[in-house]
Amino acid sequence: MKPHTLAVLVLNRPGVLSRVSGLFSRRGFNIESLAVGTCEEPDLSRMTIVVIGDDAQVEQVIKQLNKLIDVVKVSDITENETVDRELALIKVTAEAGSTRAEVMQIAGIFRAKIVDVGAKSVVLEVTGGSSKIDALENLLRQYGVKELVRTGKISMLRGTKTVKPSK
Amino acid sequence: MKSGAKILIEGLQREGVETIFGYPGGVVLPIYDELYNAPIRHILVRHEQAAAHAADGFARASGKVGVCLATSGPGACNLVTGIATAYMDSVPVVALTGQVPTNLLGNDAFQEADISGITLPVTKHSYLVKDARDLSRVIREAFYIASTGRPGPVLIDLPKDVSTNQVEDRPPEGPVSLRGYQPTVKGHPRQIEKALDLIGKAERPVIYAGGGIIASNASAWLVELAERFMIPVTTTLMGIGCIPCDHPLNLGMLGMHGTEYANFAVTECDLLIAIGARFDDRVTGKVSTFAPHAKIIHIDVDPAEIGKNKQIDVPIVGDAGSVLQAMLHKAKKGGRENWIEKIKAWKKKHPLRYKDDGKLRPQFIIKELSDLLKGEGVIVSEVGQNQMWTAQWYCFRKPRSWLTSGGLGTMGYGFPAAMGATFARPGEQVFDIAGDGSFQMNIQELGTVSANKIPVKVAILNNMFLGMVRQWQELFFDRRYSYTELPPVDFVGIAAAYGVDGMKVESVDEVREALKTAIAADGPFIMDFRIEREENVFPMVPAGAAINEMIGGHPR
Repeated sequence: MKPHTLAVLVLNRPGVLSRVSGLFSRRGFNIESLAVGTCEEPDLSRMTIVVIGDDAQVEQVIKQLNKLIDVVKVSDITENETVDRELALIKVTAEAGSTRAEVMQIAGIFRAKIVDVGAKSVVLEVTGGSSKIDALENLLRQYGVKELVRTGKISMLRGTKTVKPSK
Repeated sequence: MKSGAKILIEGLQREGVETIFGYPGGVVLPIYDELYNAPIRHILVRHEQAAAHAADGFARASGKVGVCLATSGPGACNLVTGIATAYMDSVPVVALTGQVPTNLLGNDAFQEADISGITLPVTKHSYLVKDARDLSRVIREAFYIASTGRPGPVLIDLPKDVSTNQVEDRPPEGPVSLRGYQPTVKGHPRQIEKALDLIGKAERPVIYAGGGIIASNASAWLVELAERFMIPVTTTLMGIGCIPCDHPLNLGMLGMHGTEYANFAVTECDLLIAIGARFDDRVTGKVSTFAPHAKIIHIDVDPAEIGKNKQIDVPIVGDAGSVLQAMLHKAKKGGRENWIEKIKAWKKKHPLRYKDDGKLRPQFIIKELSDLLKGEGVIVSEVGQNQMWTAQWYCFRKPRSWLTSGGLGTMGYGFPAAMGATFARPGEQVFDIAGDGSFQMNIQELGTVSANKIPVKVAILNNMFLGMVRQWQELFFDRRYSYTELPPVDFVGIAAAYGVDGMKVESVDEVREALKTAIAADGPFIMDFRIEREENVFPMVPAGAAINEMIGGHPR
């Protein structure tokens, strides 16, 4: 059982997300994260799905996804060299004159941006791999994380290779 | 300019649709108005579930796409069991449903149900049409998707305003092209080589033939392959008919209620060639002991079925017909006399059997019918004991002569599916072998067969029990018959009230005469056979056991 990263190109059609997510729940597959948005082709959307399972289960996920009419291409890019990014917004308790300086220092180390400052809190924006964001989150816990939102991982192959479908 | 309803009817005509099964209602009024003068025959059922099953029965018996039509909300919801039945057995059906107007979608409007959402897990694909200009394309794609690759049901949801709007119709031309849907038809030549190599080396091969062979019209090639290599063939419930029952290489059905010799052969084989079959739990029993000594070749048009339940040595993705032809093209002759002899001995020592003691037993009735029809015609079953007895005792000689709900196991399937089959195979005998429980699940269709003089003959194997459940209670729950006994019903009287002829049969001597009367009847006919109440289906593999561990078989 390990996380697999799937790059899934789907047609921009109503209902395509529920078809994909419904398939996961119906067949008992566990999604760790799912990120979806537009891509370089206007008719397509690209999903990055992180699914946990053994090789046979993940093979079954890929085959079942491929059966969906609106799914154009599924690539398992787990074993490839990839650039992986997640974005998180974290609202941390940080009062002026108290812990704010420390929080900002930590943000600096993680190259997180301060995107909002309130009287008693700041909002940090951080991008990076999952483990970097996990690490930042853990460090900030001691100051009080009031709210946290993460996008889920997006991934792209390094080098000239792409996951583009043949037309 | 044309209305969406007119575009729909013209689209159906372009797909060659002659008969549809449906039930009207508020939001499909514009479609029904268009049907009023259309050259398409509409059969008014008495419950939408029957429309879906009838479309399914039509599709299985003809090999064409079956079409059903229902209104929004409750009408559409009533189709769901029928759509799920077609999905599990890979039957090409296009289900048309009305929907509330687009401006009310999502508003909890009167008779609104999100039917494309509800049917998402049981359709191959679905469309919610929001613009009448898309309709021609959608219909074309729906029929294409339903009938190609691994067939299955496709739903088209039609909001009322889409049916009434007047638009410029531009029917699509050229072949359907879908970016995300390109089923593999031809098997990979190298995989086929590997398979032939394994077949050449095998000493004890068995072909495990499923419904995919029927669906791809590949039966003749299957028989040719089996004969050329002298490989015995066992069929799944869905594969029955792909090889004649009395063919010397036919082992009959395998699995839970399969023949002993089929299950022995699979357990002892050194090569299992699965074609258009999916290693269902009712076939495999305990998976780890299924074909334990065998290398496995799996031919299937759906790559997701390969390796789903069992590790496969040589997977071949492709249409059964295409792959079998390619194999035949390269195949040399071969024979394995010892293996064939061993199987012959099993067949002789472990035949299917029932107690022939002059009491009215269901196996006898089915054998008599088989005898009278000589394996011709279309036999449809309900689900339960009636289904298993028919699968065991009717001698099927042709593909598409046996229609049954295998995957979903839908009680109430048989009667309406038999109605559909009569439109696919006019002039042929169509029998529904029913139980008293199943028949009562769609008994209202007596109204449909009566009004339309649909010549469905129903043989009710009436034991006043939900027989299969009772059998499990007898065997595994200490005969505690919890809610499985049904009070006697005067089926002949009910049929008569609908204007359908019928006959009650209580003894063995009356069976042949009753069946002859039914065969001779021009219209529908009901037979109420009062069979031995606690007759069981044997042999039987208990759930979770290995398939060679059968109860009710012969001593080994």
